[in-house]
Amino acid sequence: MSEATTLSRRTLLKVSALAGGGFALSATMPMVARAVGAEASAPAELTAFVTIAPDNTVTIIGKNPEIGQGIKTSLPMIVAEELDADWDLVKIEMAETNMAKYGPQLAGGSFSTPMNWMPMRQTGATARAMLIAAAAQKWGVSAASLGTEPGKVVEKASGRSATYGELASLAATIPVPDPESLTLKDQADFRIIGRAIGGIDSPKIVRGEPIFGVDTQLPGMVYAAYERSPVFGATLKNADVEAAKAQPGVIDAFIVRGNGNAEELVDGVAVIASNWWLANRARSALKPEWDNGEWASHSTTGYAAKAKELMDGGKAAQVFGERGDMAGALASAAKVVTADYSYPFLAHAAMEPMNCTALMREDGVMEMWAPSQTPQGGLTSVAEYLGLPPEKVIVHITRMGGGFGRRLNNDYMVQVAAIAKEMPGTPVQLIWSREDDVRTDFYRPAGWHRLTASIDADGKMTGLKDHFVTFDLGESPFNPALMSPDTFPAKLMDNLLLEQDMLRTAIPMGALRAPNSNALAFVTQSFLDEVAHETGKDLPTLLMEIIEDAETEPTTMGFTGPTPGFNPNRVRAVTSKVMDMADWGKPVADGHALGFGYYWSHQGYFAEVVEVSLSDSNKVQVHNVWCAGDVGNQIINPFGALNQVEGSIIDGIGQALQLAVEVEGGAVKQSNFHNYPLPRMPMTPQIHVEWVKSDNSPTGLGEPALPPVIPALTNALFALTGKRVRSLPIDTSLFS
Amino acid sequence: MAITVTINEETREIDAPGDMPLLWALRQELGMVGTKFGCGIGMCGACTVHLDGQAVRSCSLPLSAIGDKKVSTIEHLAQSEVGQALQQAWLDDDVMQCGYCQAGQLMSATALLNTNATPSDDEIDAAMQGNICRCACYKRIKTAIAQVSRKEDTANV
Ligand code: FES
Ligand code: FES
Repeated sequence: MSEATTLSRRTLLKVSALAGGGFALSATMPMVARAVGAEASAPAELTAFVTIAPDNTVTIIGKNPEIGQGIKTSLPMIVAEELDADWDLVKIEMAETNMAKYGPQLAGGSFSTPMNWMPMRQTGATARAMLIAAAAQKWGVSAASLGTEPGKVVEKASGRSATYGELASLAATIPVPDPESLTLKDQADFRIIGRAIGGIDSPKIVRGEPIFGVDTQLPGMVYAAYERSPVFGATLKNADVEAAKAQPGVIDAFIVRGNGNAEELVDGVAVIASNWWLANRARSALKPEWDNGEWASHSTTGYAAKAKELMDGGKAAQVFGERGDMAGALASAAKVVTADYSYPFLAHAAMEPMNCTALMREDGVMEMWAPSQTPQGGLTSVAEYLGLPPEKVIVHITRMGGGFGRRLNNDYMVQVAAIAKEMPGTPVQLIWSREDDVRTDFYRPAGWHRLTASIDADGKMTGLKDHFVTFDLGESPFNPALMSPDTFPAKLMDNLLLEQDMLRTAIPMGALRAPNSNALAFVTQSFLDEVAHETGKDLPTLLMEIIEDAETEPTTMGFTGPTPGFNPNRVRAVTSKVMDMADWGKPVADGHALGFGYYWSHQGYFAEVVEVSLSDSNKVQVHNVWCAGDVGNQIINPFGALNQVEGSIIDGIGQALQLAVEVEGGAVKQSNFHNYPLPRMPMTPQIHVEWVKSDNSPTGLGEPALPPVIPALTNALFALTGKRVRSLPIDTSLFS
Repeated sequence: MAITVTINEETREIDAPGDMPLLWALRQELGMVGTKFGCGIGMCGACTVHLDGQAVRSCSLPLSAIGDKKVSTIEHLAQSEVGQALQQAWLDDDVMQCGYCQAGQLMSATALLNTNATPSDDEIDAAMQGNICRCACYKRIKTAIAQVSRKEDTANV
């Protein structure tokens, strides 16, 4: 057995021999761990990251949670590429939750791809170099005379070869080279990256095998339902626990005291039964009494009225962006355009309802099976709640039936921990009903904007003003309810005034796919379409004018590694591409019209064109969506990539047409799919996607295709009807 | 009192109240978790199974209403030719994202092709509109169904 370690800037690697012969390369990612402030030194024990068995199978750890974005397949593809593995012999195993080993294990912000691109390549390249070194040693030739083909080392001159499996044991004795010293593959030579590869779990999914969090089954497991107040911010006075206990199948029922923080634990009553349906049904016997406090008077119509009052009142409480002389620009303007825009709260409605399984073990360890986008955050919250050191909480990452940002919050993890700690030795699976899910989410925040643009005598937009009404968290807006002063086109305006007022609410808010951008793209791109119309041009033309003198901003060191700044050339490229694709400017079918939208978010540039018509009953029909996207120089897995874009586009259309969460009496009115109507198959348009490759490292695709489709749709409706949609979801009575 | 139900060609005794929906008996009494819970009110199709070959929502089907009708679930889908062809098409086209809805989608698609081997576009829409896919893989689901149906078409000529 030999062990050797090497440390580069990005990866710490260690080699060891497998028990039955074979090679194991362990890796940690100190750079990505350090980026979020985690301990960067080597943990005492490393887990094998890439193993090669004598039978030539290669096992690669999938380290980031899979929510349907394809990361469990795409990160190992990157390792396998540089390793030059035979993909058919690659197996993927899901990692446990461990920040020190793997850096951030998170599914959110489209971060996973940019953050792991280099470390994954280096890890694969290191293993390959060691296999080559092993063959060189075995055959007594120089490493330079050797190359690889999928799954084997080949001597170029003689053509003789040895499989990775045959070389694995010897490779385990080779010192680990410095990954920085290795030459990575030329992208033109990629054999795995860029290939359309099916999801690694897909065969299990079509057979109905248990792979999701809610499929977790443990011997002796019981099921829990959790009754909490529909009114946000309420506390529990009492409940008839005994009545619930008397219901069929019920094993126990007890009151759980929260800490008042919706992100962790709110007051409620746990009902435990041998079957979840029985537990859930017994909730109706609880007849709980709540203290709703001040929040029962809150409603979304109340917020909207207050927002209007604040915007009508003129000056806002805070200025968050200012440049030039906006008042002067308005005073000297030849034309002023002003309009109010708004958008509603939205729920995530991931297909797999929130759930989590927990076992308070006899040895004092809390073991959990968690469908969470942020399992590390969940682990910390649970440890803190239980007063346990983090090493006494084990979190297994399960596949998730969708996330969309909902599972960035881990309230269900703390909830089940609070229940399981009362039942040591018994595994407990907590499941939420769909009603629980829709009514106790972390919602995409609603928002209101009064926008004003100044236009000079030459038809040039000279300034932009926005009076924004949002929700606060102390001094500043709640993060997903925040508008950055850099929001396009604010940064490129000579005269600018961005100001805001903030409302108080107990409604929990959170990130929904393409947070901030999913709302702000609608507001800004629709308003720019108004300005374009007022100045007799189309939106692409106005967009090109706005970015005319814009310079490429420098690359900064961000959370995910180097992050390229705004680049106007990338805007030009996706815009002209999509105009070509959609035959923009050419006649369209009678009764149809096109609309355009562009947005840059999560490091991706997307321009989209939507073709709409109205049915006799004024139903909006989306026929075609053309989409040009730039997410760097490489599409890692075209299968998964296209699926993400198609899904984002339909998701955006659904939000625009029919989704809203309304609050009345402090509680959410919607409850299930009959009144929160997600898109269905007949709504699906033709979707045409093309990639614009730019000279940048690849970035994520879970989010950036969504924001522009909403304004592209509303702008198309304006082109068709002359009616401007300024509030979501689209009220079709506007068109009658 | 135990209820007797035929599931995937096997006789199963289920010790549960008659008003328990089949979904929860499958998942938590029999440990067959391929059939999924999405809404509990017949609105999403995640829980779709076959009852004498017809697609039904198991979240809304009480055990007592099954009688001697035969239940078939996703775990048994590969036993039928059409089911197997659809499973393969799902893999060839890499239909799924999160995959959670797909058991229900496959069960609905199989029931459709069993009664109508060559559905039109609108007929596919109509048969599948009860199945929500939150990830919105609709385009691929439709393509995969159409592919299998075209193969059926040529096989029958
Ligand atoms: S769970 Fe049965 S239709 Fe949704
Ligand atoms: S694949 Fe995620 S819900 Fe359909």
